[in-house]
Amino acid sequence: MHLAVQDLGVARGGFAVLEGLTFRVEAGTSLILRGPNGIGKTTLLRAIAGLQPPLNGSIDAPEDSIAYAAHSDGIKQALTVRENLEFWAAVFGTGDITGALDAFALQPLAQRPAGALSAGQKRRLGLARLLVSARPIWVLDEPTVSLDVDAVAMFAAAIHAHLETGGVALIATHIDLGLDADILDVARFKARTPISVDDAMEGFF
Amino acid sequence: MKALLIRDLRLAIRAGGGFGLGLAFFLIVTVLVPFGVGPQSALLSEIAPGILWLGALLACLLSLDRILALDWEDGTLDLLACAPLPMEAAVSIKALAHWLTTGLPLVIAAPLFALLLNLPSAGYVPLVLSLLLGTPALSVIGTFGAALTVGIKRGGLLLSLLVLPLYVPTLIYGAEAARRGAQGVEASTPLFMLAGITFGVIALLPFASAAVLRVNIR
Repeated sequence: MHLAVQDLGVARGGFAVLEGLTFRVEAGTSLILRGPNGIGKTTLLRAIAGLQPPLNGSIDAPEDSIAYAAHSDGIKQALTVRENLEFWAAVFGTGDITGALDAFALQPLAQRPAGALSAGQKRRLGLARLLVSARPIWVLDEPTVSLDVDAVAMFAAAIHAHLETGGVALIATHIDLGLDADILDVARFKARTPISVDDAMEGFF
Repeated sequence: MKALLIRDLRLAIRAGGGFGLGLAFFLIVTVLVPFGVGPQSALLSEIAPGILWLGALLACLLSLDRILALDWEDGTLDLLACAPLPMEAAVSIKALAHWLTTGLPLVIAAPLFALLLNLPSAGYVPLVLSLLLGTPALSVIGTFGAALTVGIKRGGLLLSLLVLPLYVPTLIYGAEAARRGAQGVEASTPLFMLAGITFGVIALLPFASAAVLRVNIR
């Protein structure tokens, strides 16, 4: 189990933002992405998760192995915490949600409608979804937004447990999670000529 | 797939889900038309099949933008795209859920509303049959329109404009079958055409919907 990226370039809104990215994350390790706002961290993570095609280069990961979590958690306000998690457990074909509820201290909130949760509690529910997905590669975009100190500790513990079972984590974050992880500053890979993809297409026609 | 269907049905029934919106609209149309046309029962029974079909179609149109827009806003579509469920299956299930919460209640309520419009007694079976065969096409075509406009803020206007011309064949054959039935004429030809349209769009459009959805979530 590994995640490897070779000479990757990504574009957002028709403009190249990052180019020449090459890295490899082995099983049981994690990589933290740093970089100023707007540099293209989210775009890079979306490309790795398969939500948008890369401009060039290749992404090497086993099929159906990536779980993606970003700013919006896909939580339905009208469903309870338990129903939200059970839905994703059914989609990913994993049955048991007890471990996920325990890991993020959601057990006391299980019967509450998700619409009645605070921002931090919603975030914990969104992260608990990673556990029920049972996917080995976690691609996380600013996972600690609106979490308090205790919740960040729960999250760090969940990452540790995930890595110990041979998982992989790729995290864009600005805070220190206490992980023994490599740090990659993506600002070094900023696209030098932010050419518009549309211009390239015009040349094609 | 079953989980997605159950979740969508559950969301539709709970507060703010929009279940019953189409039905209420259908009721308003059929109650108000006699007031607008005047109390001439002969004229009413003549236009009843067309009004009922038009009401059902517009009631369907009313709830189309909910099919995918809500899942887009809260990020569920992104997560579904990463899930082991193929996008084609996801949009088919969404169309099915829309039909179960909008189309099927219309089919069941249609005989009751037909009474308000003085539909001739011979017309009830063809009316229900044509709605049963035709409304799934409305949901599937509507899901395609919703997929096309999913990233657009307040894309309801564009969605209606895109979907309306695609609804025309269904409306023509559906209303024709109901009209022939009401006049006591053989209605099997338009019914077969209607079934052909429905099965055709069910077979083909989920692939188109999934393709545009993949482009739209980029």
